[in-house]
Amino acid sequence: MATSTTKALTGEEPPGPPGTPGGGKTASRRSALLHRLDVKGAPFAFVAPFFIVFAAFSFYPLVYTSWISLHDVELATLDVMEWVAFDNYVELWGDSQFWNALQNTVTIGVLSTVPQLLMALGLAHLLNYRMRASLFFRVASLVPYATSVAAAALVFTMIFERDFGMINWALGAVGVDPVDWEADKWPAQVAISTIVIWRWTGYNALLYLAAMQAIPADRYEAASLDGASRWKQFTHVTVPGIRSTIVFTIVLSTIGATQLFGEPLIFGQGPNGVTGGADNQYQTLGLLLYEEGWKNYQMGRSATVAWVMFLLLVLAFAAQRLIRRLRSRTS
Amino acid sequence: MGSLGSSRTRAVAVAAVGALTLVVGCSGGDDSVTGGGKKDGKTVITMGLYGVMGIKETGLLEKYEKENPDVDIKAEIAGDEQTYYTALQTRLAAGNGLKDIQGIEIGRAKEITETQADKFADFAGMAGTDHFLPWKESQITTEDGKVLGLGTDIGPMAVCYRKDYFEQAGLPTDREEVGKLWEGDWKKYVEVGRTFKKGFKGGKVAFTDSASGLFNAMVYGYPEQYYDEKGGLIYDKNPAVKEAWGLASDAAEEGLTAKLRQFQPGWDPGLANSTFATAVCPAWMLSHISEKAGGANKGKWDVARAPKGANWGGSFLGVIEKSPVKEEAKKLVAWLTAPEQQAHIFKEIGNIPSSEKALENPDVKNATSEYFDNAPIGQIFGAAAQEIPDKQVLGRKDGTIKDTFSQGLALVEQGTPRDEAWKTTAERIEKAVG
Repeated sequence: MATSTTKALTGEEPPGPPGTPGGGKTASRRSALLHRLDVKGAPFAFVAPFFIVFAAFSFYPLVYTSWISLHDVELATLDVMEWVAFDNYVELWGDSQFWNALQNTVTIGVLSTVPQLLMALGLAHLLNYRMRASLFFRVASLVPYATSVAAAALVFTMIFERDFGMINWALGAVGVDPVDWEADKWPAQVAISTIVIWRWTGYNALLYLAAMQAIPADRYEAASLDGASRWKQFTHVTVPGIRSTIVFTIVLSTIGATQLFGEPLIFGQGPNGVTGGADNQYQTLGLLLYEEGWKNYQMGRSATVAWVMFLLLVLAFAAQRLIRRLRSRTS
Repeated sequence: MGSLGSSRTRAVAVAAVGALTLVVGCSGGDDSVTGGGKKDGKTVITMGLYGVMGIKETGLLEKYEKENPDVDIKAEIAGDEQTYYTALQTRLAAGNGLKDIQGIEIGRAKEITETQADKFADFAGMAGTDHFLPWKESQITTEDGKVLGLGTDIGPMAVCYRKDYFEQAGLPTDREEVGKLWEGDWKKYVEVGRTFKKGFKGGKVAFTDSASGLFNAMVYGYPEQYYDEKGGLIYDKNPAVKEAWGLASDAAEEGLTAKLRQFQPGWDPGLANSTFATAVCPAWMLSHISEKAGGANKGKWDVARAPKGANWGGSFLGVIEKSPVKEEAKKLVAWLTAPEQQAHIFKEIGNIPSSEKALENPDVKNATSEYFDNAPIGQIFGAAAQEIPDKQVLGRKDGTIKDTFSQGLALVEQGTPRDEAWKTTAERIEKAVG
């Protein structure tokens, strides 16, 4: 920061400092050139590392993936590429497995995001009260987030196991028939959503908590003077006060939901997880990409799925912008 | 001012160079593509293995290191073969991250010989490697006669069964008599399943663990499965596949299966809590059963002969052509697959040797398994090995097609009509091979 201010200051000074009138002309020109380069070039040089790394590890793969998606390529013979233009995309459009995966991604996304954020809101509200050992509870709510996906998914897979899982055992104890959590579509999606909810609720709750603590206390005082109940205070003071954080968590959760991969993969166990169950009943787009690439070894089709996922996100973003613009125009 | 400016220029230069090294640093790797090599007078040989091949587990590597003090072996073992093979393919394509010695599963042998032959070293004509079963080495030999690996084990099949459950269901328990119940025909095996279901009153126990186990056992009893000799796909025309699909679907629809997936986490509690009475078991499965079913079930399991001989699984060890220690690695592979070592692995964990000479070894022939009530596994699997068809046609996508069929049968087990499940399976196979 300090260097940039000095730079800005020196930049405003006229070239050829007054203290060096007798200096050689070429030398002063050279130093002036260096000086200009320094002022104009330095910022670029300082941000260059990020962009070089970005180009090498994000932009180049992105472009290369699109190139691959226009070919027929197998993993075993990566050097043999057959040009097929947009055939992969046309095929994907007509593939019922793709639409199924898209639908699953949306339903699991809704099933996991909505309860997750609502519960996080409630949890944050509770953590916001004065209480004993509040630090302990705040740290505890972050522990699931610090757990690896693999460990969490594996434990939940055992809990939801059909024959000897804890949940079916508990259901049996109260006389309910066991549920085949893996084989049936909706139970499987609920089970996977549970893993996601468990991992992310505490994290979101802490974000909400931080935002809640920034709400001035006098607003609550004013509300209680007006006779607002606790619930009214929550809905009319707390929620509007943290609106921008809520939007932020919705965006984060949506991105997370479109990329959902590890949880269903481990939940399905081995080759069965790659296809999202025997009937693709919980195959997400991420899993479809993986199946094409690492089970069928068809890199071209796998790259196509990757690009379609990217385009879907761009589309969702554009739609959101459009809606916002229309709404701001009407209001 | 001037001096300040130049020091800043230097800082800029340093930052730029730093960024550059970051990028360059990633492309530069170590000199050896396999991690093996000669260091400080020691020869380092790296190995990539999967599952329980018995090479490390039975102490063979330490034995070799002791006999050859200048050799240092580093083995890395992946649990699941599919994960292993995916990584192997990526590394073969990249030419980096490989090991000197790589395991090759039979389901991948064809793909390797067809597409990766130039990346593996040739074993053809190597001294002391002519002791294998005649069909074993032909599976890893390319059309122009290059031998890409040496065989480790084979997978002759038997049926593992629970004696206590058979008794409760009013079926014979002696392994000879049990074998006679279904001798010669898998249909009889399913018939026994029906009798079992009617007769067994001791709770929720299925006759067999999965429909896919039965399917695999039937299909692998024929010389041709999913491909014909010319490499054409015949899974939808092959009567052997159709017959196996039909019978496995019968078993699934009639509720004779426990609807488990073999080798996946759900299968293990099934073994530990004894939810099924039989499992079609290739030799290499015995170690898994005894480990997962545990001490409490010791002596309750027994092994009977399968209705028909078939080969399910088995592996090879290949050496990477570019390995800096190629000759040493080949020597190690030849030693590991020699009759004595194969017999040793069999005695320790029950993998059946692919070496004809090892199969004739009296230690192998007369071996019994304590866990399986002293079943004469040497005899049972040795006889089963003789029944394996002499010719076995492999195809490029055998492994993937097998997995797809397993899933199709899981659909039938979950209640999808079998014709619909077949249609789904066929669509998936067309996609996978296309």
